Amino acid sequence: MKHLLSVTDLDAAEATALLDTADRLKQALLGREVRKLPTLRGRTVITMFYEDSTRTRVSFEIAGKWMSADTINVSARGSSVSKGESLRDTSLTLSSMGADCVVVRHPASGAAHRIAAWTDRDRAVTGIHTSIVNAGDGTHEHPTQALLDAATLRERLGGIAGRRVGIVGDVLHSRVARSNVFLLATLGAEVVLIAPPTLLPVGVEEWPCRVSAELDAELPALDAVMMLRVQAERMHGAFFPSSREYAIRYGLSPERAALLPDHAIVMHPGPMIRGMEIAPSVADAPSSAILGQVRNGVHVRMAVLYHLLAGASS
Amino acid sequence: MTDDRRGGPADAAGQVTPARELLSAADVTRTIARMAHQIIERVADRETGSLAHAVLIGIPTRGTILARRLGAAIAEFSGTEVPVGSIDATLYRDDLRRGPARALAVTDVPEGGLDDLLVVLVDDVLMSGRTVRAALDALSEHGRPRAVQLAVLVDRGHRELPIRADYVGKNVPTARDEQILVKFTEIDGVDGVALARTTGGTG
Repeated sequence: MKHLLSVTDLDAAEATALLDTADRLKQALLGREVRKLPTLRGRTVITMFYEDSTRTRVSFEIAGKWMSADTINVSARGSSVSKGESLRDTSLTLSSMGADCVVVRHPASGAAHRIAAWTDRDRAVTGIHTSIVNAGDGTHEHPTQALLDAATLRERLGGIAGRRVGIVGDVLHSRVARSNVFLLATLGAEVVLIAPPTLLPVGVEEWPCRVSAELDAELPALDAVMMLRVQAERMHGAFFPSSREYAIRYGLSPERAALLPDHAIVMHPGPMIRGMEIAPSVADAPSSAILGQVRNGVHVRMAVLYHLLAGASS
Repeated sequence: MTDDRRGGPADAAGQVTPARELLSAADVTRTIARMAHQIIERVADRETGSLAHAVLIGIPTRGTILARRLGAAIAEFSGTEVPVGSIDATLYRDDLRRGPARALAVTDVPEGGLDDLLVVLVDDVLMSGRTVRAALDALSEHGRPRAVQLAVLVDRGHRELPIRADYVGKNVPTARDEQILVKFTEIDGVDGVALARTTGGTG
């Protein structure tokens, strides 16, 4: 593995290997006072975030630090980006400084692919190898989120193949939904997208999933339901009449959550807006795997860094 | 654990001449029984004869199986169950950057950690000592054992570090381009140890 740009670059065996590595890393750190592994000593990981983030950025930083990599954070605000430096120049600058891995989040879909192409081209000249990890590019992909969701499903349901997973809400603006649909399909799950027609992307009929507008009809047959945040910051138009109406039709209320089978789990990639897509009592119920997702996020990102950086550079 | 540790540097070539048997299935059982007796003799408390402070930790994959076998034999001979665990040393290896990322194996350290316990580290084959060095580093993260001893089924020589085993099933002088093939019923369907020579490699 050279870069992690899209879940579609992973076949079932590669994805499973990443999830297995995450499990082993979790085991290796279990019950230890000192959560530090020497594996990536001397490697440098730079996170480059052009969008706000709590979970993804912090968990990448923790993942790197727990494996003894040097982690450095760059954000658009407070860097030369605010002086007008281009994405290409910023990313090649970081790569030239000796970053072994650049973790990038950018509001433009495809940004991570562009950076990977630039650094690969630059490598021919400089010989410096930099792995690029996509930590969210616009409305395109968020591969490590899909991997941590898969890790959580595997942990809580005992497997992924044959399980039915519903992804509910603002699919149109959600890179999490897209990455999950493709990764979970690769791993053999049955995915159902449940959203108002205005919040579905063009071309969704070609995705490896089923689409439904009726949440109540789908809930009783789901093994897991993944609630998405309504991404108001990306909405430049009226996609539904009002927040209140959205919450009533697509929010996971306690009454709705009761329609789920007993073994089913409730997931949310975060940040969640309590009262909008998910009721507070549902988010805090035992069936909620939301904090488990966060915990798995660290181990999955450790696994990604391990697979990219621990071996010889290819 | 991984093939290259048991064999010489020519493993990648894959050409292996027919193996010469070093230990038959019955020999393996007998050897493990003898090692179990030696461990009981050296580890048991001098006054009480207790084994309560001992723990067997195997290095995956076959070291863990050997640790379980030794644990069962010790329980049979002494009447005391000794906890058995496993520790994956991959994350502590010094040769990670020499190849593609390696798959990790199971780490399962008995609850409560290893503080003040006598740890018997178990592996199938001892060669360079680098895996044992990595495992010692990994162990130290799980506590401060009273002492660590090393048990191996086969010591084939070619040490690259100042490490020796406390319990050895069989000493086998080997050439670097030879391979020791350890098989256990649990994963290989049959017990046995064989010596094979790799050909066409660089070794």
